[in-house]
Amino acid sequence: MTSALSLHEVSKRFPGVKALDGVSLDLVPGSVMALIGENGAGKSTIVKILTGIYRPDEGQVRIGGKPVRLNSPRDAWAAGVAAIHQETVMFDELSVAENVFMGHMPGGALIDPRDMRDRTASLLARIEADFEPETQVKRLSVAQKHMVEIARALSHDARVVIMDEPTAALSRHEIDELFKLVDSLRSEGRAILFISHKFDEIFGVSDRWVCLRDGRKVGEGATAATTEPELVRLMVGRPVEQIYPKRDITPGPVVLEVDGLSNATEFADISFELRRGEILGFYGLVGSGRSEAMQCLFGLTPPTNGRVLLDGAEVAIAEPAEAIAAGMAYVPEDRQEQGLALPLGVRENITIASLRDHVKRIFLSRRSETEATETLGTRLSIRTAGWENPVNELSGGNQQKVVISKWLATRPKVVILDEPTKGIDVGSKAAVHDFIGELAEEGLAVILVTSELPEALGLSDRLIVMHEGRIAGTFTRGNWSPEAVVAMATGARSDAA
Amino acid sequence: MTWLTENRETALAGLIMAMVLAVGLYAPAFVTPASLVGVLNNTAFLFMLVLGQTVVLLTRGIDLSVAANLALSGMLVALIGQYGPDMPAPVYLALGALSGAFLGLVIGLLVGWVGIPPIVVTLGALAIYRGMTVVITGGDQVNSSEMGETFQAFPRREILGLTSSFWIAVALALLTHVLLTRTRFGRGIYAVGGNPVAARYCGIDVERVQVLVYVLSGSIAGIAGYLWVAHYGVAYSEIAVGYELTVIAACVIGGISIGGGVGTIPGALLGALFLGTVVNALPTMQVSPFWQMAIAGAVILGSVVLNARSESHGAKLILPEARRKGGTT
Repeated sequence: MTSALSLHEVSKRFPGVKALDGVSLDLVPGSVMALIGENGAGKSTIVKILTGIYRPDEGQVRIGGKPVRLNSPRDAWAAGVAAIHQETVMFDELSVAENVFMGHMPGGALIDPRDMRDRTASLLARIEADFEPETQVKRLSVAQKHMVEIARALSHDARVVIMDEPTAALSRHEIDELFKLVDSLRSEGRAILFISHKFDEIFGVSDRWVCLRDGRKVGEGATAATTEPELVRLMVGRPVEQIYPKRDITPGPVVLEVDGLSNATEFADISFELRRGEILGFYGLVGSGRSEAMQCLFGLTPPTNGRVLLDGAEVAIAEPAEAIAAGMAYVPEDRQEQGLALPLGVRENITIASLRDHVKRIFLSRRSETEATETLGTRLSIRTAGWENPVNELSGGNQQKVVISKWLATRPKVVILDEPTKGIDVGSKAAVHDFIGELAEEGLAVILVTSELPEALGLSDRLIVMHEGRIAGTFTRGNWSPEAVVAMATGARSDAA
Repeated sequence: MTWLTENRETALAGLIMAMVLAVGLYAPAFVTPASLVGVLNNTAFLFMLVLGQTVVLLTRGIDLSVAANLALSGMLVALIGQYGPDMPAPVYLALGALSGAFLGLVIGLLVGWVGIPPIVVTLGALAIYRGMTVVITGGDQVNSSEMGETFQAFPRREILGLTSSFWIAVALALLTHVLLTRTRFGRGIYAVGGNPVAARYCGIDVERVQVLVYVLSGSIAGIAGYLWVAHYGVAYSEIAVGYELTVIAACVIGGISIGGGVGTIPGALLGALFLGTVVNALPTMQVSPFWQMAIAGAVILGSVVLNARSESHGAKLILPEARRKGGTT
């Protein structure tokens, strides 16, 4: 059988990292290929190459055996490749029909609205959608929006449909509906690339699988001929690297106690203890509720239930200001959106959460601020042309150091680090890792939220694994295997461990 | 051009001086001390109003209601002044400030607490405050003959040739500058404009900051309201119509970013001085009044384009430099 679309020896480099290294894969008409791998394994790079957003540095994309160049999303559409993303990208104010035909509306100089409506209606009928072409997209559920995207793919008569974690935001029932649709796309002879972290879906829907690790293909085969433990082993693969700082500390007394923290939709019944000098890792897939639980703990969102005790005394935290006053600090996941005031200077960013310390009589003391900035900046070796320079001139790694400095300046007892090394270069990453170790040695209690398994295993004294908003299990250092952690986070059955 | 990119304030000051000299070559009368002092006196209200506008713009807001607030507060103080024509001047100033602060508070609550976009709120407030100025007098105006002696004398009183309106602008400028640069509240204003989400994560009460900046802007407009009606000896509903746009233009020329978080009081004052100089110089150059507005507009656009260009230019220059220097300074 000839492949509808294939990648041949494709490589892609980004500064400091090889995202894809000689990967080949074949998408066959009438077949569903599952693409699996850890965060950062190269899955989204493949999607971006297939949809014309990135171009490969080496290798070829072939359609029907002939090499093609996909220089833009438009080229990809023209070549018959359509993608359905985890987060749908749509024009909320426009109708379903307008969304389906955006960019290729029927008609000449003027749009032919009746033709567009009729064609949309027949597409919607084909996928058994329960809404009308005139419906405004903002009135649809996430699952219905996925159906609009599928209708859009069909409107292009896409031969290849890429589904990038399409079930992440869907309910059980909606997922079943989606799988029926995948089945009918398959029986129409389309090739489907299905990306998911969830093993029940991979086994439920795919015919073949390909596993990536660190940008390389590490295995492929027929889904019927493999098992969950085998896939987990392939995903994790390497021994956890030994570049993490070795620390010998005995955790001190309990600082933070969280009991039954819940909110309405994102997480439930989160309970744990945290000791002085301890690094407590929170590992889980994107969407497992880790960040949401931390934001609630820090007073950014209200809980529906649960108690928080600091140093044994119950505290009510309804606002970040109260969390800060109680001795907590939260280094958020998205440093540009949540962490930094980009137009302001390095000094202003570092002191903003601890300005009270710099008030002399009634005025802020510039000297005191600069001293604090120099101390922290030197300690974290922030590289900047000057402390007054705006932080938008700094590299990602240095920006992250500014955010961390800002929170250390508040002299917290408990520091929550949410994906502290996301999107920063390898050198800064190692510096941040070292620094997290130092903080714990100095007696801080550290919560480390991370999607990177090596980081979670390399730094944590204890590791809490979250799955679908709940704590799936807790491991202590030495009593874990990467396979067991991944199995628990993906909800695989326990025989994987 | 490099000096232009280094410091916006010095660049603007240089530009103003060059302009004054150039105008002086053409119309020597313009550069006499009396004429230059006159420019400062004539620009006093603009100096005041850019202060409040700057504070609002820094939080990513905008206050289109300042001129309407000025007119309504001025009218209120004038009406009260009819019943108490000879109270000490600080009483009138306080009344203006109080009225302006209240009108600003209404806007602040709608922006900060209800969460309506500032441009919508202040555009609505502009119309309402103008309308109320008509309503409270039934369309009449308050003339100088109805205003008391003390009431009218204060803004024109001169110290060192400069009016007390100008000196009040100076005092308010100092206060606002200190507030922005030396207090936690002021730093919070920059943080809210720089990134409201990050500001919230830092424990800053973003809503409170948003409410208070409009109160501040309003109270300055109210003070200017009293001074304006007393200075010109008349209070009516059409006072300072459209002046909010001049105020915003002065801020933008002075380097206050509409996007929030960037700008200083000295910059805004220089922006106001720049506009004040242009407006005062054109008549002395015998430019037809019909052309004056168009020329002033072109100058505003030109200076903003220059600012925008020097900014993007600067970013390109600084990055490699930052990388080369690397370490700390």
